[in-house]
Amino acid sequence: MNAAPNAVELAPGTHWIGALDPSLREFDIILKTANGTTYNSYCVRGDDGVAIIDTVKASHADEFFSRLEQVARYEEISTIVLNHLEPDHSGALPELMRRAPQARLYISAKAQLMLKALVKTDELQFSVVETGDSVDLGGRTLHFFSTPFLHWPDTQCTLVEEQGILFSGDVFGCHFCDARLFNDKVGDFRFSFEYYYQHIMRPFREHVLEALELLEPLQLKTIAPAHGPILREAPQSYLQRYKQLAAPLLHNEVGTNDKSLLVFYISSYGNTALMAQAVAEGAETEASVRISLYDLQASGGLPFVDLIEEADGIAIGSPTINGDAVKPVWDLLSSLAAIKVRDKLGAAFGSYGWSGEAINMIEDRLRGLKLRVPVKGVRAKLIPNEEELQRCRELGKQLAQHLTGNLERRVISMSELLSQEQANA
Amino acid sequence: MPKANVTFEKLGVTISVPAGTRLIEISEKVGASITYGCREGECGTCIMKIVSGMEHMSERSVLEDKVLQENMAGSSQRLACQAQVLGGDIVVKA
Repeated sequence: MNAAPNAVELAPGTHWIGALDPSLREFDIILKTANGTTYNSYCVRGDDGVAIIDTVKASHADEFFSRLEQVARYEEISTIVLNHLEPDHSGALPELMRRAPQARLYISAKAQLMLKALVKTDELQFSVVETGDSVDLGGRTLHFFSTPFLHWPDTQCTLVEEQGILFSGDVFGCHFCDARLFNDKVGDFRFSFEYYYQHIMRPFREHVLEALELLEPLQLKTIAPAHGPILREAPQSYLQRYKQLAAPLLHNEVGTNDKSLLVFYISSYGNTALMAQAVAEGAETEASVRISLYDLQASGGLPFVDLIEEADGIAIGSPTINGDAVKPVWDLLSSLAAIKVRDKLGAAFGSYGWSGEAINMIEDRLRGLKLRVPVKGVRAKLIPNEEELQRCRELGKQLAQHLTGNLERRVISMSELLSQEQANA
Repeated sequence: MPKANVTFEKLGVTISVPAGTRLIEISEKVGASITYGCREGECGTCIMKIVSGMEHMSERSVLEDKVLQENMAGSSQRLACQAQVLGGDIVVKA
């Protein structure tokens, strides 16, 4: 099934010249690849020149060059397009440019930053392209579409207009290695397609929807991604599937004008739980904010990440044990890179016995994830007293007011800010 | 001493600070989600956007200008570890 094929024709004069990596079991550390992956590269022949779309991982360059040589001579190559500069697609670029020095490289504006780091020279000549730009190969026209952040900032897609083939980069791709190449021939790769979306594209779903607006009107006969099967059977259905996947996973129960605040906690002796209850009570005094309370002790397998993706704010309560927040809290916080959390509201609180570092650590992590953390968290030594519970209620109320925009704005002096910080220390 | 008012737009808070204060000093105290690397104007990690009041900010140094250009920053962006507030009202996106 994985006997390496020769260059494979997609349409007259347009070939797959990529490489197979069937033994790969983990991609970029984070993704499982049960049957490996492919690095798809393509060659488009026009009357006036030949274009190479993307290259392969450096370790697979020989395979790529061998297939390229089956369909084109290096001196015929007039155009090289990199749809994004990730090393698994740009690895053979320096050698390709050495073999075809006359070729012009076309990349997106954002790719310029990466290119220098990749080829380690300022000498390289290239052209920056964006949506609306095209390159005429003679009877074959390459049109460029900027689709930033899918999943690299510099991502673009390239269309061969006359053949309706979209070279989509990592978009619509998946890690699935099958030498039969085409979606109507390969084994069942549905799981890989969905898995790839969830791990690679999901944090950028707003950009996915923007890109779909750009790509949906195109008359596509084939989608040729940079990994996995080439989608020639029902290509539009993959655009539709992306649209479904980019929609919220959970039906939104909160009124469209209401805000959602999730309060997560974990508690050894019930003290942080008491504080969580008080945060929720305080937040509930503000109309139009829906409060949900969850115990992280029961988090195994629960879709908290899906909930957070849809929420407007999260408050996290953790005890401090051995100078740290506890593992279920870090497990949750380390899962959030899979979704977009930037600009959501964040806060921390918790009871402690000796030191109480967890709150600052959680706040720092939330800020690192680009959440807003406008209200200083509340710490209570062991059993929270009424004053501390009242501070928790106040925390909840202020969080809710931040969500509704009902917060009284005032100017704080630097010295006032410093004294507040000392009071909380 | 001349003062400047720096508003952190996303946090919804305005801080009154002495003229000459660097943005990094304020953003750290207020807990804004601006991340830092070297804090010496070299790594570009703390690039941030000035929404309004750029005329009340210190001029870009040669070093800051170089790092901003390398990172393709726009004219409204600054390095928080380098830019100082000189007076008036400044709004930052953080």
